[in-house]
Formats: sequence, structure tokens, C-alpha cells
Amino acid sequence: MLNNTAVASAPASTGKRNESSFTNQIRSYFRHPGSGLLALLTTVAAAATFAMLLFLVIYILVKGIPYLTPSLFSPEYTSENVSLLPSLINTFTMTVVSLAIAAPLGIFAAIYLVEYAKKGNKLVGIIRITAETLSGIPSIVYGLFGMLFFVTTLQWGMSLLAGAFTLVIMVLPLIMRTSEEALKAVPDSYREASFGLGAGKLRTIFTIVLPSAVPGILAGVILAIGRIIGETAALLYTAGTVAAIPSNLMGSGRTLALHMYVLSSEGLHMNQASATAVVILVFVLIINGLSGMAAKRIAKG
Amino acid sequence: MSHIKEKGMKFIFMIAACTSVLAVFLICLFLFANGIPAIGKIGPLKFLLGTTWKPSNNKFGIFPMIVASLYVTGGAILFGVPIALFTSVFMARYCPKKIYRPLKSGIELMAGVPSIVYGFFGLILLVPLIRQIFGGTGTSMLAASLLLGMMILPTIIGPTESAIRSVPESYYEGSLALGATKERSIFFVMLPAAKSGILAAVVLGIGRAIGETMAVIMVAGNQPRMPAGILKGLRTMTANIVTEMGYATGLHREALIATAVVLFAFILIINLSLSLLNRRSENAE
Repeated sequence: MLNNTAVASAPASTGKRNESSFTNQIRSYFRHPGSGLLALLTTVAAAATFAMLLFLVIYILVKGIPYLTPSLFSPEYTSENVSLLPSLINTFTMTVVSLAIAAPLGIFAAIYLVEYAKKGNKLVGIIRITAETLSGIPSIVYGLFGMLFFVTTLQWGMSLLAGAFTLVIMVLPLIMRTSEEALKAVPDSYREASFGLGAGKLRTIFTIVLPSAVPGILAGVILAIGRIIGETAALLYTAGTVAAIPSNLMGSGRTLALHMYVLSSEGLHMNQASATAVVILVFVLIINGLSGMAAKRIAKG
Repeated sequence: MSHIKEKGMKFIFMIAACTSVLAVFLICLFLFANGIPAIGKIGPLKFLLGTTWKPSNNKFGIFPMIVASLYVTGGAILFGVPIALFTSVFMARYCPKKIYRPLKSGIELMAGVPSIVYGFFGLILLVPLIRQIFGGTGTSMLAASLLLGMMILPTIIGPTESAIRSVPESYYEGSLALGATKERSIFFVMLPAAKSGILAAVVLGIGRAIGETMAVIMVAGNQPRMPAGILKGLRTMTANIVTEMGYATGLHREALIATAVVLFAFILIINLSLSLLNRRSENAE
């Protein structure tokens, strides 16, 4: 891989060969300074990208971890302890409610697109275009729509439910796309074998196709959880920013990301905001790990 | 009986698939129904090209915000695209196999970090840094551009890498056989062949940058006036909506929704060019 043309004929495969091909490579870069410069830029840019990521994660952790005090996890929010526990529980509720609606909807939609829709169907074209459009819409536009539709028109008021429904529309295209890819990756021979054994279409889908596609679907759902946990702009004017656990879904409550936004925009509790950032970041790290594991299982088949 | 079940479930699947159509329809309906009348009341030209935003004096000109959004996005592209392009080349052609997996998950992690965390990072690190080096308040166009440039890296790197990977290996080998160096083969043979895929990735990045809200609010300074320089604060369309929606009433509120309509129009244009580009790269294959 690392060979240059000048060294492509370098002799066989020992550790020594790698060493000499490396020096040859450097020598060839001196012969072709333009190529050397490009190689250098490539390496530097990649190093910069990963350095930025590493720095971001470490900086947030270092700034926030010292402020993860027990009082931050007290059950009631007061302006003194600025507890994040109510927001944490609201985040959990929000995730569960949104996924309970978005996951079946997204998976069913994907089933329709992959298993039922015929090629060249006009409806399918429209569905694809709208799903693409949805995935490009900025979260603040979702937030405004949620405010106009769920909060005002349906008169739900600022509530967890209004927030959850807004998030459903937001993560729907993500779940649809990943589920679609997962279903497409199931070999047709599975379906044919099932049909051959006399199973109906529905039975084939639910007992043969879906189980084989689970890791892929799961990876998408986990990514959706990540987006729900980190979302701020779409929830600001739908779920509201009340720092308490509402008694039911029709009450307003802030999630962790909103909690962090309110704290840092007030500017009075920056240290607690750092600590909240750590909590969010840890969730994101866990979620990315899980999603990666699910994806690895697909790769293994 | 089973026939009914089959038909019924097919119908349910179809309804589920139509949710996205319904959602887009409702979003358009509610945004336009609430925003367009306001544009009419203010006057389309006064609204789009007016340079003063003073809701208390009934002056609603969002031109400064449109320009700010474009500037900040342009800055992000200027800073992010070269880095993203070289990093994608690294991932596709240079990366040793052993470290590929961890680096790839690193990029996925970068895409997964919420914008509020990026914004906070910008607020506690980037802003003070700019204040120390260049003076001023630190909350500025420069801070917003740098932060957005960082945020769009994973958005661009992912599709660009797969675009480079989808170029047939024979192009590379052919170029090597003609005596070109590895770099020449990659940058002057493979990249041009992956052109439309890369362009689509950049457009995707533009879409993300122009729609980004929370991170920009925290570092851009939020002054609703014409952008006055890269070290001066500005306010983008997204920031305008979030900052004032909380207390706006009447025409002011409608003007904010109209701002979202303008933003939505930008996004629709970007989406349209994206699907055109994607169609082109599919045809090219």
C-alpha cells in the first residue's frame, strides 16, 4: 500500500524490506517534491482531524469531571444545587417515548419499501424524496414546526409528548434508511427458501427476514438514541425548559442537552454545565460503542 | 383469514411509509401558512433586503442574518473542506489496516457528538483563545466558522471516503503503470473520477453548516447587524429564531417564523442540488 512507483519493484517480504521501502519512499519524495508535499498534507490533515477529536473529548472530560459532585444528582432541582437528575430522567423518558413510536414506524416503512414496493412505483419515489428532505431539515425548523403544530394547533402545550413527537419526525428518516439497508442486505435466497417451504409473505418477513436484519436495524436505532440525547434546538420550544420531572407526559420538562444549554447561556453555573457536558459525552461514547458493536455483527454475518 | 391479515399488514406498512410524506407536507403547510403572511405584511423586499432588525420599532429586515449565515457557512467550508478532503484520502488510500477501525469509529464519534457539546467547547476554549490572540470579545465570525468547520468534518469525510473507494482500482494501477507517483495517481486521477461524489459530500456539509443552531448561538456573539469583520460578532438566521422566539408575540413572532421559511428555502435548494448530484454520480458509475 505504502509503496511508491519508484519502489514498486522492491524485493520480497521481510521486516527489512519495509524499512528499506520506507527510506526509498522518502527518497522518492525528494525526487518528486510535489508528491511529497501532497503526502505530507494528507498525513498532517488526518492527524489534525483526529487530534481535534481527541482534544475535544479530553478537554470536556478534564474540565467537567472535577465538578461531578453528589449534589448534582440530588432528586430535586434548586437554583443552588442545579441538579441534573430531573433532566437525566426526562431524557430517558423522552428517548423511550420517541423510540416507541419512531422505531416501529421506521422499520415498517422500510419493510414496505424493500419487500412490497414494486420498482418504478411513483409512491416509492415520493417517499424517498420526502425522507431525504426530512433528513436535511435543520433541527430548529423541526422545533418551530413542533411548536406550531403539536404545542399550539393540537393544544398539547409545551410538554414531553410534544417534544417526543417532534423528535419522532426528526429521527424517522435515519431509522428508515438504516433499516432499509439492513433489510436489503438479507440475501434473497432466505426469502425464496421460506416461500418454498410454504410460508406466506408476512410470516417470511417476521420470522426470516427481520431476525436476520436485527443488527443493522439496531445500529440505526442506537444512532437515533444518540441524536435524541443530544438534541437541543428542536426541544427548546416544544418540550420547554422546566427543570423538574413532570407528573405525566403532558407536562413540560428539560432534557440534559437543554439543561446544559440553559446553564451555559445563563452563564452563572459554567462548572455545572461542564459536568453536564461530561454526562452527555459519556452517553454518546457508550452509544457509539454499542452501535459499532452492532455494525460489527453485521459485518460478520 | 390469512389473506385478510396479509392485505391488512401490507396496508399498515404502506401507511407507515407514508408518514414521511405526511410529515413533509405538514411542515411545509404550517411553516408557510404562518410565515408567508408575515412576509406579505412586512413587504417581501423590506423583509429580505432590509438591513435593520428592530422588532420594537417594527423593523424586520433579515438581510444581515442571511449574509451572516452565508459568511459563516463559507468560512466553515474554507476551513473544513481541505482538511476533510485530505483526511478522506488518508482514510481511503494511506491508512494502515491496523489503525483503520479505531480511526473510522473516531470519525463516527465526531459525527455523534451533539452540537451543544461542540458549542460549549467553542465557548470555553475557542472564544477565550481568539480573545487572547486577536483581542475583542472573542465571540465572532471567526469562532463560528472554525467551530462549524470542525463540525462538518465527519459529514464530509464519510461520503468522500466512499466516493474515493468506489473509483475502480484499475484507474490507480493504470496511472502507476504510466509512471506517475502514488500521490499523482490519487490526486490527479482518482479524485477527478470521484468528483461528483465529493461535491455531493461538500453540499451535505453546507447544509449542515447553514442549519446549525446551538453551536453558532454560543460562539457567534449574536449581534443583529451587518457582519462587520471576521473578529466581530454576528447573528445567523438560526440564531435569530432561537434567541427571540421565547418572548416574541404578534408580527415579531410571525417574522421569526418567516425567517425559518427563508432558511427552509435555502435547505430545499441545497437538497435539490444534492439529489441532482447524486443522480449524476449514479449515472456516472
